[in-house]
Amino acid sequence: MLEVNGLSKSFGGVQALTDVSFAVAAGEIVGLIGPNGAGKTTCFNLINGLLPPSAGEIRLGSTEMVGLPPYRRARLGLARTFQNIQLFGGMTVLENVLTGYHLHQQVGVFAALLPLPMVSRARAENRRLALEFLELVGLGGKEDEPAEALAYGDQRRLEIARALAQQPQFLLMDEPAAGLNPRETEDLMALMEKLLPLGITLLVIEHDMTLVMGLCHRIVVLDHGEVIAAGAPRDIRRDPRVIEAYLGREEDEP
Amino acid sequence: MTAYVLHLAILAGIYIILTVSINLIIGYAGQVSLGHAAFYGIGAYASALVSLHWHFPFPAAALTAMLVAGLCGLALGLPTLRLKEDYLAIVTLGFGVIVDLVFLNLEFTGGPDGLPGIPPPSFWGIDFRPPWLYLILVVVTVILVLIFTYRLVDSYHGRALRAIRDHEITAQVMGINTPAYKVVVFTLAAALAGLAGSLYAHYITFINPETFGLHTSILILAMVVLGGMGSIAGSVLGAVILTILPEMLRQAHAYQELIYGGLLMLLLIWRPEGLLGRGKLSLKFLKRES
Ligand SMILES: Nc1ncnc2c1ncn2[C@@H]1O[C@H](COP(=O)(O)OP(=O)(O)OP(=O)(O)O)[C@@H](O)[C@H]1O
Ligand SMILES: [Mg+2]
Repeated sequence: MLEVNGLSKSFGGVQALTDVSFAVAAGEIVGLIGPNGAGKTTCFNLINGLLPPSAGEIRLGSTEMVGLPPYRRARLGLARTFQNIQLFGGMTVLENVLTGYHLHQQVGVFAALLPLPMVSRARAENRRLALEFLELVGLGGKEDEPAEALAYGDQRRLEIARALAQQPQFLLMDEPAAGLNPRETEDLMALMEKLLPLGITLLVIEHDMTLVMGLCHRIVVLDHGEVIAAGAPRDIRRDPRVIEAYLGREEDEP
Repeated sequence: MTAYVLHLAILAGIYIILTVSINLIIGYAGQVSLGHAAFYGIGAYASALVSLHWHFPFPAAALTAMLVAGLCGLALGLPTLRLKEDYLAIVTLGFGVIVDLVFLNLEFTGGPDGLPGIPPPSFWGIDFRPPWLYLILVVVTVILVLIFTYRLVDSYHGRALRAIRDHEITAQVMGINTPAYKVVVFTLAAALAGLAGSLYAHYITFINPETFGLHTSILILAMVVLGGMGSIAGSVLGAVILTILPEMLRQAHAYQELIYGGLLMLLLIWRPEGLLGRGKLSLKFLKRES
């Protein structure tokens, strides 16, 4: 269970989030939607620990995460992909995925430096697992290419493979379909459906309503940093406040 | 003539250790250090002092040099590695200048006159005074350092360092303890520079502050950039070339520095990533992020 409670964040004068509360239960796909600038990415940054909240709690299971650095949260089973793709540009595709394994090294800090059989065995095993994840996201055969040389859609897939290598309980995906063509978006949806049986719970920010309505069990809607609605897709679709937020309010215009 | 070649080979070996060590910081972890020669100097002085006053045998003196330089690296790295690159550049630069001033002004470091009469290594029944024997000592040390650094950068630690270089925030999100990695690599690099300092002190047998100033930090940086950041073979090549090149240009007297600087510039225009490197020198710290 990932739970945020009374979360607020202001940047100087800008109130990006106000008293946001919601929970994601294990085994769910939850959508986090809202117009541009609603505070969705900010919400992820707080959950991840990239920014400190101005107020509020973030709990993973029974652990309070506020105050923990991002790498500690990763160890608790939290992974993330980014709205603007953030790969390790100087590495190959395979190395990017292997970086996700950092948390799960079976070899000790010092043993890793020694020419031991266990080191080469662990290395071969990690490589095998990484190749499996690349296969899963549809990047099989591209493992030795430089990450930077991949096409845009493939870079998105690689980011997902790298996050999967962390073997997270919770995966935060920030606009995974952004910039993808309809075919690629279909592939992405198929992939996301495969993740639940692997024991990965998804919290997804997305503007693509086909994906959101088609995949999410529940949806949380943010507008101007506040939760304006939460519930099942068919209720959200009909919610007047959501429709208003997306279509714009006349009284907002000067 | 051969004596001169031996001399250059020994210096090249010492510079290889310095270049490989700073490459860990800037080429692999992507951090800045403009004061690496300070650790070189700290190692040289520490090694010389324990040999002169307490008659430490060379292996113990060299270990002391690594320990003292490493501790200084730790002391500098702990508070500063959280800083952004531009501040880190200034802090390491300042550290280099301050350490140089300390050598110059302290009594027990001999002030501007430095420390003469440092004993050449003599252990396991071997007197390393003949240059060819000293060269063997240096070569063995360099090989050990190269094996260690190669295994380090080839391990998952090396991948973590490169992740920090490419994208520090993302590296954290992947579960990499980036502050710890940065401090450890800074400490290790300082300790290795200290080892180089020890090899230098017991070879020349006389040290003074001049050797360990800003110009040496810049020379080491030039070696890394020339050879290629993030490449151990590149560091070796850069160190060897920049040890030999100035000597070859010696006949040109007045034009020496001009030709030297010009060649470096041409090379970096032709190959900005250095001879064997994979990434360019990060000048991120010159750009202010909003
Ligand atoms: N680091 C920051 N410093 C200052 N303001 C910020 C920062 N990050 C976000 N903001 C502001 O907070 C508000 C919410 O931004 P956020 O990126 O969370 O929106 P979003 O819902 O992800 O939008 P989009 O759909 O466009 O990605 C915006 O007004 C933005 O300008
Ligand atoms: Mg966003």
